[in-house]
Amino acid sequence: MTRIFVPKDAAALALGADAVAKALAPHATIVRTGSRGMFWLEPMIEVETDAGRIAYGPVSAADVPGLLAAGLLTGREHALRLGRPEEIPFLARQTRLTFARCGAIDPLSLDDYRKHGGLEGLEKARAMGRAETTDTVLKSGLRGRGGAGFPTGIKWQTTAGAAGDRKYIVCNADEGDSGTYADRMLMEGDPFCLIEGMAIAGFAVGATKGYVYTRSEYPHAIATFDAALAIARAAGLLGPAFDIEQRVGAGAYVCGEETALLESLEGRRGQVRAKPPLPAHKGLFGKPTVINNVITLASVPGILRLGHEPYQAAGYARSRGTMPIQLAGNVRHGGLFETGFGLTLGEIVNDIGGGTKSGRPVRAVQVGGPLGAYFPPALFDTPFDYEAFAAKDGLIGHGGVVVFDDTVDMAHQARFAMEFCAAESCGKCTPCRIGSVRGMETLDKILAGVAVDANIALIRDLCHTMKFGSLCALGGFIPYPVLSALEHFSEDFRRAAAA
Amino acid sequence: MAGDEAWNEERAEAIIDARARQPGATLPILHDLQAAFGCVPAEAVPLVAKALNLTRAEVHGVVTFYHEFRRHKPGRHVLRLCRAEACQAMGADGLAAHAKSRLNVDWHETTADGAITLEPVFCLGLCAIGPAALLDGDPLGRLDPARLNAVLEPLS
Repeated sequence: MTRIFVPKDAAALALGADAVAKALAPHATIVRTGSRGMFWLEPMIEVETDAGRIAYGPVSAADVPGLLAAGLLTGREHALRLGRPEEIPFLARQTRLTFARCGAIDPLSLDDYRKHGGLEGLEKARAMGRAETTDTVLKSGLRGRGGAGFPTGIKWQTTAGAAGDRKYIVCNADEGDSGTYADRMLMEGDPFCLIEGMAIAGFAVGATKGYVYTRSEYPHAIATFDAALAIARAAGLLGPAFDIEQRVGAGAYVCGEETALLESLEGRRGQVRAKPPLPAHKGLFGKPTVINNVITLASVPGILRLGHEPYQAAGYARSRGTMPIQLAGNVRHGGLFETGFGLTLGEIVNDIGGGTKSGRPVRAVQVGGPLGAYFPPALFDTPFDYEAFAAKDGLIGHGGVVVFDDTVDMAHQARFAMEFCAAESCGKCTPCRIGSVRGMETLDKILAGVAVDANIALIRDLCHTMKFGSLCALGGFIPYPVLSALEHFSEDFRRAAAA
Repeated sequence: MAGDEAWNEERAEAIIDARARQPGATLPILHDLQAAFGCVPAEAVPLVAKALNLTRAEVHGVVTFYHEFRRHKPGRHVLRLCRAEACQAMGADGLAAHAKSRLNVDWHETTADGAITLEPVFCLGLCAIGPAALLDGDPLGRLDPARLNAVLEPLS
């Protein structure tokens, strides 16, 4: 029977992919995959024909009889026919290194994984030895994709050199930033890639155990990853000296901060630890620990397989390699776009994203999650690069780009930032715990038009205290959305007073 | 539906026992208790403390730190509506107001007929198809008041 690929990515499920698969099941062999990451086309199905795969989308279960009548099984013409998926402009323009397999393969087929280059990186690492493996990662220029952008090779070297009778690899899959879903897509679409990356990291630093800390808001990623883990373990993929276990978070945003995550893994409240000691010296259960984001670890197999040069060759300035940019919010073409660093924000939002979904003008773009700055179109010439964003008082974080149209009230967004910080603060340091509550109250006064100038001055002063006095990035970075809203959209803060 | 078991001390002991020797077992145990009983019952706290050699205050501290752990049984269905920025950009605030008024509840409350508990969530990773929600673990995207009504209609 003809094979038809139907995604089971959570976003595709939300748009009815299961009903489509059910409607197609009597007519074809259904293979469930991850998503290619073009969510305005989901559920996007792909039919295997003599001329390669042919995509159709967005398909609903009601479209299936018409599609079959038109000749779906041989890839014939239909209003929903998109042609070969790799030729769809949104995909054709990407440099898919880390996400090359995502959406194309059956995520739980180890055969599929091997056929598409899987496990070659791990084999190469084992052949070249520990030091050279770490050296390859170092030379690739890979920086932590969770947001901090710390060089991964240095982290590995430090952990490898630290004394300890046990060492750990911890994968941070607590992807809490709004506008980001790359970790989720990878764990649902290509989980063996993360497993391979962790096995390479474990080999490189001499770790015996790996933990993946996945947020509970991702039930589908949790289930797929656990299934993949069982398959990998049974196939002996991890080797005799290394094992991986998945642990599930419980809805605390701050546990995405690495030391809070370690506390949570150890069974405590997710409260941030003071650094030093660094986790590389004294991490999980007091032992030397590599803690990396999902995308960081999933980038490693490709770097080992192809060597450091192709990865290093992509990129911009000190940001080497590719980044999965995640377009979200009010955007016409929402989806995952993996590309070398250096595209401007304007190219990302307008050319790739196609502007707003509502059709109204773009007013603000928040890059880097709830702790990221709001940029106006006037800053659209900023290249997507760690340093370039920092130079304009912003951050790229985990690569989320959330688009807002001109109906947004930026004073309300600033107030939300403080409310979010108050709800999610771990409570350990005063600037974050108290500052966020006072910030929320002060912004409420501004929104009510009470002593606006004096209260804006107070907010600026409070943000200064939070930025420099907080223990971690939650309290330390919440000033970015608040101050950028004040800086670029000050008229919104004076509307109530003027009325 | 999972989580509808009545409190049973022996059952709780068995759940705790199965995990107690794992390193850092607190969260896995609390998740398993909630999966069975729908929440982390107050009666379970001293049992967890004893098994893990912690104080009751420490276990209470963990239960109350994490938004996900409930201390009371939810309704027959749980609707978790996303409140984060990407969904806000697509009208999540208005959708939340609609949900609250239609169900006549505030966040974390259950409808009078015991059918639906409304919970806020900050991001489900469905940020390109917002506003998004999870209904009993099933993802929903591109919600608006009419679509939400259609989803909720058969539940009460």
